[in-house]
Amino acid sequence: MDEHIILKIENVSKQYRLGILGTGTISHDLNKWWHRIRGKQDPYLKIGESNDRASKGNSEYVWALKEINFQVKKGEVLGIIGKNGAGKSTLLKILSKVTGPTTGTIKYNGRIASLLEVGTGFHPEMTGRENIFLNGAILGMTKKEINTKIDEIISFSGCERYIDTPVKRYSSGMTVRLAFAVAAHLEPDILIVDEVLAVGDAEFQKKAIGKMQDISGTDGRTVLFVSHNMAAVKSLCTRGVVLNNGQSVFEGSSDDAIEFYKNNNGLNFIGNQGIFDSSRQDIGNNDVKLLQVACSDSKGRIRSNYFHDESITVKITLNILKRIENSRFALIVKTLSDDIVFVSSSFDITNTSISKGVITLSVKIPGSLLNNSNYIIAVSGAIPGKRYFFETTNCLNIKVESMENKGFGFNEKWPGTVHPVLNWTVK
Amino acid sequence: MNKEKWLFEITPKNNLFDLNLKEVWQYRDLLVLFVKRDVVTLYKQTVLGPLWYLIQPLLTSVIYTVIFNNVAGIETPGMPSFLFNLAGVTSWNYFKECLTGTADTFKKNQNIFGKVYFPRIIMPLSVVVSNLVKFGIQLLIFICFYIYYVSTGWIIAPNKFIILLPLLILLMAFFGLGLGMIISSMVTKYRDLSFLVTFGVSLLMYISLVNLPYSKFEEKGVTYLVDYNPMAHLIEMSRFMLIGQGNFTIDNLIYVTCFSIVVLVIGILIFNKTEKSFIDTI
Repeated sequence: MDEHIILKIENVSKQYRLGILGTGTISHDLNKWWHRIRGKQDPYLKIGESNDRASKGNSEYVWALKEINFQVKKGEVLGIIGKNGAGKSTLLKILSKVTGPTTGTIKYNGRIASLLEVGTGFHPEMTGRENIFLNGAILGMTKKEINTKIDEIISFSGCERYIDTPVKRYSSGMTVRLAFAVAAHLEPDILIVDEVLAVGDAEFQKKAIGKMQDISGTDGRTVLFVSHNMAAVKSLCTRGVVLNNGQSVFEGSSDDAIEFYKNNNGLNFIGNQGIFDSSRQDIGNNDVKLLQVACSDSKGRIRSNYFHDESITVKITLNILKRIENSRFALIVKTLSDDIVFVSSSFDITNTSISKGVITLSVKIPGSLLNNSNYIIAVSGAIPGKRYFFETTNCLNIKVESMENKGFGFNEKWPGTVHPVLNWTVK
Repeated sequence: MNKEKWLFEITPKNNLFDLNLKEVWQYRDLLVLFVKRDVVTLYKQTVLGPLWYLIQPLLTSVIYTVIFNNVAGIETPGMPSFLFNLAGVTSWNYFKECLTGTADTFKKNQNIFGKVYFPRIIMPLSVVVSNLVKFGIQLLIFICFYIYYVSTGWIIAPNKFIILLPLLILLMAFFGLGLGMIISSMVTKYRDLSFLVTFGVSLLMYISLVNLPYSKFEEKGVTYLVDYNPMAHLIEMSRFMLIGQGNFTIDNLIYVTCFSIVVLVIGILIFNKTEKSFIDTI
């Protein structure tokens, strides 16, 4: 066993009962109890379905978590990502001992503290200073510990001026700052953070992320971080676990985990087969509406998967409602981690005036340019320096894969966001 | 490092007797802060503030005196009726506040319990302790009236058993806390109980000798109503210690002590079992 492992999750499952608790509760309880005194297994543990929120199941019992296994090393920042209802919060709740697992064990060394939601236990009638003590104690600090850190906490929160005012007079941002300041000075061995960065202004978010990096980097503490903010996960975490329907489906470096997540369920494409139909979504303003974005091969077939040497034609269909001049439409190609590979502008052909009507712009991405990877296609339209008609963050997801082994014995992915074929010469 | 050597472990079910008292001790500062919070914030933004601590028992005692003693004509031999009632109300209030304050522990604190872990028993303990502060203030008021009545010529005196008063208070706290924890654990699943508590407590008061002397029950031959009720004994004994009136036997004290401790132990065990997963059912 690796001695650096600080947290070990073994076969952890959690079963929930759906529906409302009513008269059936007593009969189920009695049945469970009857099985238990006869030394038999709980009859309701056998049933239960995986937790897919969207599909209606037959069983009253669902597994919010099913046989989760992973280990966390000391000093690691582990990102836990997954859709809503994937089981992230349930896992964190079990880790922070708010609720117990149905089966399985969690073993750890050191103190676990959670920031499931900051400001828990703040009493609105008490002053900021009193609340620091109360909140700190709730999180597991002793009075002595808080006393030694109180000045640091107050200055980190940036609420010096209000510190002796009841918290009910605080703005919500200030409350969060104060609460995070307390939690950040907790110095647990394992810190659990759930979506705290969603609140607070940019300056404070930066401070918070910096503090979290300090906690893991300089102080060598372990952080479990749950967020929907992929940029935050990417910048903070060293490793990632992807949960889906209560099961751990991927474990690896945070970049790979994000990529896996986005590939599998992160992106909600309307038309995932190479066509994005926005006619019902109303994208655009009173001048121009975006109707459709489609990717097709050289023969005009709409597809989402391309071979490396194939060219990809992107067709952008627009409904021009008013005559426009000097407009510019852009094709944006991004990686799954939202890094822009390139942007191509239509300015050369659209800088003159365009009259009312439905038009289709075509742009060809040459073959042998993109790497074997997934890419996001996004589009935007604007009059440069004046206003945007529309701006999308993602329309389509395309996949490029290599067809042949050029110099490799196996089909390996080249590093880099693009993989162009360049002219090589030898003399 | 040994493969099996882990400092902490989270498992599905904890041992019934795994009380983790060490952990409770580690969180003692939290207990103090909760007590402080409860005492300080209870009457914030009220005009009369802490005076409410005094108004409640005084008004209750006045009403009881008027209704039971003046209107219904129940006599309290050898002592002023008001003082008799005040003694009963002061003790009863402490028990009642302990019981009702702890009976909805899980329900009232589900927000905080759903987010952070700390030994849950800190919460009901803090209720019991902060009520102790309240009880102390009310006891002072009782003493003021006591002195007043003595100065107007009543011959009432506490007796040597008054040194047992702290024990009685402790037993009341145990009984209220134990019962409250049992109820709070069951309320997480079956809300029916919270309705039972509110009117059950007010019914229990009538057979707990708060405003009726034991002699009245003897007169009507219904002593069985109070004989098995530990609260009746506790109130009667506290009154005996404070103003020297009432029945007191060592047997009763032993009975009440055993009863309270058993209730407390059952309460702690059930509470301990519930705290692990109540958040799923509440």
